[in-house]
Amino acid sequence: MTRVFADLHLRVNLKNEQATQQLINRAARFGYSLISIPITLPLREEELAKLKASCKEAGMDFASRVDFHPRTENDLTHFLRKFRRRFEVICITCDTKEVARQAAKDRRVDLLSFPSLDYHKRFFDRAEAELASCSLVALEVDVKPLLILEGPPRVRMLMSLRREVAVAKEFKVPVVVSSGVGEEKFMRFPRDMASLAYTFGLDEVSGLDAVSTNPMVIVMRNREKLSSRFVAPGISIAKEGKTF
Amino acid sequence: MKRVKRRYLALQLECENLPSEREFIDSVWSAVTKLYGEVGASTTGLSLINYDGERKIVVIRTSLVALSVVKASVAAITSISGKDAAVHVLAVSGTLKALRANIK
Repeated sequence: MTRVFADLHLRVNLKNEQATQQLINRAARFGYSLISIPITLPLREEELAKLKASCKEAGMDFASRVDFHPRTENDLTHFLRKFRRRFEVICITCDTKEVARQAAKDRRVDLLSFPSLDYHKRFFDRAEAELASCSLVALEVDVKPLLILEGPPRVRMLMSLRREVAVAKEFKVPVVVSSGVGEEKFMRFPRDMASLAYTFGLDEVSGLDAVSTNPMVIVMRNREKLSSRFVAPGISIAKEGKTF
Repeated sequence: MKRVKRRYLALQLECENLPSEREFIDSVWSAVTKLYGEVGASTTGLSLINYDGERKIVVIRTSLVALSVVKASVAAITSISGKDAAVHVLAVSGTLKALRANIK
């Protein structure tokens, strides 16, 4: 079966329409079927509609995504209550251990992300993975730092990533590899992204899953949940009868 | 002695100024050395097979055991001789004949 590839994290300034369009076109040329660009809040519906239209024109699908850096657990739950039903992908960047733990056990969170360069704030340990394995959350890894860093910082980053990916594998937490890029020159083919994932311990098949199956599963699951026909997991309205 | 299995990689070069063959293969060696060290690089058995400057397609050869190492290193290239560049893997094959058929 042919794989469909997704990049859930293209970081582009939406105000720069030309750069956004170029990035979308390039993603389509590189063979991505679905992309996602984090929306800055407050949400503007026309901005979202424009992005969807641009992606459709380029022959791709677009998933709405929002990133949030909560300071406290209350911040996180308040945010999820407010925005869960408005976005297809929700990514939580964890700056504190408390937030990381809460995000890992909350089934409304899709992606867990940790600061790339601050190694003391990478809280994806065994306890975190155990909580994540009981919910629906995946670990997101951006490849951009691997491309821009050199020497000891890259070594340290690879070391953390390798440890985190090993823990994720042990607890069967899905890993999503995203580009995290905002410039065209750093964009890579999906299979090249999977190759880069080899540097932090994902084999060929797991690497390809991290850029295809895992992100697609998240988006499809959330689309199903957000549709008006959804009742509960596995139950949806097939046909509505006439009301008398 | 056991025969060394090899793989051929077709690479798409993306850069404004076309580097020379020497500059290109040096950048691949440099990327492999940076990521996997000199010992790692020595296992790759890298060599440049064909350099098509017009189409910006390069064919290199590597040993099968180091294929993942070379693919990861090639994807990590961001500049060639000081200028922004990206290298994408177009196809991988065990024979040059099949590789050429793949990229046509």
